[in-house]
Amino acid sequence: MARKISMKQAINEALDLEMTRDPSVIVMGEDIVGGTGSPGEDDAWGGVLGVTKGLHAKHGNRLMDTPLSESAYIGAAIGAATCGLRPVAELMFIDFMGVCFDQIFNQAAKFRYMFGGKAETPVVIRAMVGAGFRAAAQHSQMLTPIFTHIPGVKVVCPSNAYDAKGLLIQSIRDNDPVIFCEHKNLYGLECDVPAESYAIPFGEANVLRDGGDVTIVSYGLTVHRAMEAAEALAKDKVEAEVIDLRTLSPIDWDTVIDSVERTGRLVVVDEAHPRCSIASDVAAFVGQNAFGALKAGVQMVTAPHVPVPFSPVLEDLYIPNAAAIADAARRTLAPTGTSPRSIAA
Amino acid sequence: MTENPFPLDRDDLLKAYRIMRTIREFEERLHIDFAKGDIPGFVHLYAGEEASAAGIMMHLKDNDRIASTHRGHGHCIAKGVDVHEMMAEIYGRSTGACRGKGGSMHIADLSKGMMGANGILGAGAPLACGAALAAKVRGDGGVGISFVGDGASNQGMFLESLNLAAVWNLPAIFVVENNGYAESTARDWAVAVDSYIDRASGFGLPGVTVDGTDFFAVYEAAGEIIRRAREGGGPALLECNMVRFYGHFEGDAQTYRAKGEVEAIRASRDCIKIFAERVIEAGVISRAELEAIDKEVLDLIEDAVRAAKSAPLPAPAELLTDVYVAY
Ligand SMILES: Cc1ncc(C[n+]2csc(CCOP(=O)(O)OP(=O)(O)O)c2C)c(N)n1
Ligand SMILES: [Mg+2]
Repeated sequence: MARKISMKQAINEALDLEMTRDPSVIVMGEDIVGGTGSPGEDDAWGGVLGVTKGLHAKHGNRLMDTPLSESAYIGAAIGAATCGLRPVAELMFIDFMGVCFDQIFNQAAKFRYMFGGKAETPVVIRAMVGAGFRAAAQHSQMLTPIFTHIPGVKVVCPSNAYDAKGLLIQSIRDNDPVIFCEHKNLYGLECDVPAESYAIPFGEANVLRDGGDVTIVSYGLTVHRAMEAAEALAKDKVEAEVIDLRTLSPIDWDTVIDSVERTGRLVVVDEAHPRCSIASDVAAFVGQNAFGALKAGVQMVTAPHVPVPFSPVLEDLYIPNAAAIADAARRTLAPTGTSPRSIAA
Repeated sequence: MTENPFPLDRDDLLKAYRIMRTIREFEERLHIDFAKGDIPGFVHLYAGEEASAAGIMMHLKDNDRIASTHRGHGHCIAKGVDVHEMMAEIYGRSTGACRGKGGSMHIADLSKGMMGANGILGAGAPLACGAALAAKVRGDGGVGISFVGDGASNQGMFLESLNLAAVWNLPAIFVVENNGYAESTARDWAVAVDSYIDRASGFGLPGVTVDGTDFFAVYEAAGEIIRRAREGGGPALLECNMVRFYGHFEGDAQTYRAKGEVEAIRASRDCIKIFAERVIEAGVISRAELEAIDKEVLDLIEDAVRAAKSAPLPAPAELLTDVYVAY
């Protein structure tokens, strides 16, 4: 039975269901319980934005607060994963990845290959991504392309509560390390989510809107901006097909290529910086594999090549918006030769 | 005229009081204005902890560098960062200390030796080692001071820095501001040793623990440590045990604290009240003198808020500037 719940609740539910189903699932992170050792209420926080609230009451010590030592506990989660547990470690903000990156890209990501296929590292690292929270340069990044660059880790970034639940359940059951990126400005967004357990396979994009004129590919928060752009374009009789990638590694090339072969036009929207981004990755793949189908140059709409600014007026300009996406789509429809150079890098 | 029993002359006592009072009013005002919805983002208040910043910074000059934390307003003010520029920064204005690009968690003024508040826990410690290294190489007698919370003291970056400073014999000082909590988690749960002196000695550094709500205790311990570092005696750790008057950040309901805890610490461990009582009781400073400062500080903060609110927002073109020196 489906009810309307927020993405935050959907993530909580996925953790709850998997912890109930599988005793090898443990959850750890900073203040994910909250109040540990403190004189007042236990389970005081349930994570900095309350995503894990209530799980401690139900699952007790299988939810563990950690000292502020990302290198140690993320590494411990990875080590435990190689020894039969299925840890879900929360790294509050993805920006903190810098503190523990070795454990992810030299350790977790490499074991399978480097040990000749003998190792399995079923760890999930959950982290908040994205701008729009007025949280400034060190608490607002996407960083998704940094992880897709690394063979051996999988990268997931849902755009809604339904996908978040199914993809997190899949992430926990998956036998490889998964970076699970939660856009903090989507936590409150509600949609219909079944109460029961379900898994969404990796590498399957979601076509949110059919259209024959232009393909718009995105993931995470900007999927919603892409949908708004599509509505605006529809008023001008331009039908956009909107694809939500959902997982970035693996990535569903077939759905993208299939769409571009029908529309001949592509706009890729990414909240990450433009250089070596998900957007440039998709643009390059399409350029290499569907060049013949393209009727116009591929357009990228991304954040600029700058850190995330604090001042709300600047931050609002930083995040790709629906108008920029619609403009990019119109550029693909303009006669060739007239499209201005996009975002300076 | 009564004899002055304190290690600071009257002018410096008044200066220390003014610093602490300015920090307090700055934070009290942010608390109110944040609740009104005037201030965007994450704001971590230093109220209750003023004696640490003031007691240490009273010893420093502009060529002494400090690396601060997410809870950095007090460090900034005590190090001489302009209050108007700080307020404007927190309001995201172009007149801010970082032209509105940094916000509360990233206020910096390199000309004052304030290397920046920091959103990454523990990240200031290596940077302060760098400041200490630069001072040592230049031979200018400067020191590098890293502030770190009790929680952030569990970061590898911090622990590695203790060792680096020790083996390089840097004029580096590590101040652990122990307010009992890291977000909602108790210090005593997250740190396995009872005293940071044990941690310091494990790395071959001298360590001192003081009551961080006692300005004079901080001042004297810091003075000794800083003098030693300036003279080539090497790094040290200073633990200031202190209290946090507000939540971890603004908006924190603080249900993890004991009932009545905040009221109790405000009544008995208010470092400004303790300071005021001592200097008045000793007959060195009069209540009227302190009240005159209170009034001036209130006016200053009021003016800073007024100016911040009416200051221009960053122009759209600012989004793309200052990524590199040259590109
Ligand atoms: C590397 C990193 N991990 C986690 C956080 C999130 N965080 C911000 S402040 C804080 C608690 C800090 O506690 P403490 O060091 O005791 O300083 P206090 O807030 O008490 O001043 C946490 C966990 C962060 N900013 N950076
Ligand atoms: Mg603390």
